[in-house]
Amino acid sequence: MAEPDRPAPVARRAFALREELEERGRLEPGQLEAIAQASEEQFDWRNGARVVARAWVDPEYRERLLRDGTAACAELGFAGPQGEYIVVLEARPELHPVIVCTQCSCTAWPVLGLPPDWYKSPAYRARVAREPRRVLREMGLELPESVEIRVWDTTAETRYLVLPLRPPGTEGMSEERLADIVTREAMIGVARVPAPDAGA
Amino acid sequence: MDGIHDLGGMSGFGEIVVERDEPTFHEAWESLAFGLNVLAIAQLRAYNVDEYRHAVERMSPAHYLTASYYERTLTAVATLLVEKGVVDRATLLARAGGAFPLAQAVADVAPDGVTPPPEPRFALGDRVRVREMHPAGHTRAPRYVRGHVGEVVHVAPRFSFPDHAAHGLERRKEPTYHVLFSAEELWNDAAGSGESVVVDLWESYLLPAESGSGGVEPVDG
Repeated sequence: MAEPDRPAPVARRAFALREELEERGRLEPGQLEAIAQASEEQFDWRNGARVVARAWVDPEYRERLLRDGTAACAELGFAGPQGEYIVVLEARPELHPVIVCTQCSCTAWPVLGLPPDWYKSPAYRARVAREPRRVLREMGLELPESVEIRVWDTTAETRYLVLPLRPPGTEGMSEERLADIVTREAMIGVARVPAPDAGA
Repeated sequence: MDGIHDLGGMSGFGEIVVERDEPTFHEAWESLAFGLNVLAIAQLRAYNVDEYRHAVERMSPAHYLTASYYERTLTAVATLLVEKGVVDRATLLARAGGAFPLAQAVADVAPDGVTPPPEPRFALGDRVRVREMHPAGHTRAPRYVRGHVGEVVHVAPRFSFPDHAAHGLERRKEPTYHVLFSAEELWNDAAGSGESVVVDLWESYLLPAESGSGGVEPVDG
């Protein structure tokens, strides 16, 4: 039989592979949906936001986090696949870290979640290692020339998390409210945590 | 391999589009593709994560660049399950009702014969040069740092050497090093000012900076 030359729609290909594995008894109905749902629940970037908020209010936790990110994230219950060795990168006024995986899309799942499309896009992966200041500016983060931008390429087994600068005007905020203002983009390093709106 | 996946430093990709309040999965099949890979690695133990990454890299360049992330996942999973004999390609085509493009065949790769020393070869502050290497198989040394000199800023624990693990060769563990490169070192006159890059590199990828030669095996010392 001649092979078809037009690819089946990608959804149809995914269903075909699932059917074939079910037919061969390697997969139970509903098993993939259960894996995906459990992963979405376990791998949530809001976990990282809680780590950041704790580090902002607790200097000893901050020190532990910067010394041993894996253990400090596990203290709050965040561990697992793609989080076996976490290194936390401290944003400083004069040195701004930003994370990429140029060869695939490795991410610290337990604290950053499954990565967003822009992080996985060829454009981000190709460009940020070579022209980070321009990329950040295009994404809305204008950093003065006096701030060094350091790109961390996730090429081996270390998984990174950026500890962003705590924005001004948050001195009296509770840890819980601080966690609410942290964004995933800030923990990857393509944004800073915005100062809360006046009166918010 | 010097594949299309090794995108760092390439030009011409245009702007980065950020979707607000993006869902983890946009369509049901995407969560199936993700779930299939987790199932195959963690439960069926059909292949390891290095083989998975390499299967993605073996996609034809045109397919790689036009496929979404989860289409690449699906293609790699299907490729490996066919190669390992878990599923049958003809049946897959029949079920899909059309072509099911898979990745290209894996290259023959021989073991490199390196025995890593018991202690990390490099220390904080050491200057190292990335070997000028062009292996036929899987590697995690990006092209844009090969031949370049940087400084070790962190010594990470030992991890499985992917160039072997992706090819069913004898597993070994080596330290990985966070190596800091200046933008000038990597991009010469195209470098932005006040920019630097840190790349996480297995010990076998590195030579002492003074050795000067990218392709020669270092002498223990």
